[in-house]
Amino acid sequence: MNDIPEVIRTIPLNYYLFFSTALFCIGIIGVLTRRNAIIIFMCIELMLNSVNLLLTAFSSYRSDPNGQIFVFFIMAVAAAEVAVGLAIIVMIYRNVRSTDINILNKLKW
Amino acid sequence: MTGNLFYFLTFLTLFAAIGVVASKNPVYSVLFMILTFFALTGHYIMLNAQFLAAVNFIVYMGAIMVLFLFVIMFLNMREDTEQHKPMLSKIAAAIAGGILFVVMIAALKDVNTQLATTAVFDSQIGMVENLGKVLFRDYLLPFELASVLFLAAMAGAVMLGKREPGEQNRF
Repeated sequence: MNDIPEVIRTIPLNYYLFFSTALFCIGIIGVLTRRNAIIIFMCIELMLNSVNLLLTAFSSYRSDPNGQIFVFFIMAVAAAEVAVGLAIIVMIYRNVRSTDINILNKLKW
Repeated sequence: MTGNLFYFLTFLTLFAAIGVVASKNPVYSVLFMILTFFALTGHYIMLNAQFLAAVNFIVYMGAIMVLFLFVIMFLNMREDTEQHKPMLSKIAAAIAGGILFVVMIAALKDVNTQLATTAVFDSQIGMVENLGKVLFRDYLLPFELASVLFLAAMAGAVMLGKREPGEQNRF
């Protein structure tokens, strides 16, 4: 019952580090290249998930439950963020008939 | 066996993540995103974090992605509606992301993760029972404050979604 899971015995923790970094960088490239606000939002979710996976991996390898509690709170905050963010996107669409972020470039100044 | 499953899930996750970024149609992006979350749920199960796997499956794949899909269908987006950035800035963005990846890999390459292993190993920490004990003993105040956060988010979403009195009825 208290065996070490096979992943933890066979896969080094560094692989999870590299994997999470790759996922995070794909999210960053998505934020930088796309113009649709919803896609940018999904790429932010991708970055959040890469961090979640790394926290879970460290927590499991160290057998320390605090990391998994943190992931749980990150998921709660992400859910609240998605609700408000999608409401903002719908409101922007209602006003300018588009979700293109370049229409809103006055927000930069 | 487990090693092969790990590589397969990693490949699937990265492939689906690239699909999210690269696909032209937003609906396909959401479907690739669901595939990404599915593969990440597999990773959580392999790491013996059953509670997080269930929460990821229900909250992310069940609630958040359905919300995204609903908004995309509600806004009636098609692939030709999105204007694309010029090729030069796309290439610059890809190079910037790639350089960040290379720098982080170079920094993390020699990390000694052997220090992260413990002498006393408990494989059951990811179960609901143990996580619930920790959550309601050490993290009770943040847990209660999360409900305030949800209340604020709900009120904010309702306020933002409401039509203003003087707004045109175009939609």
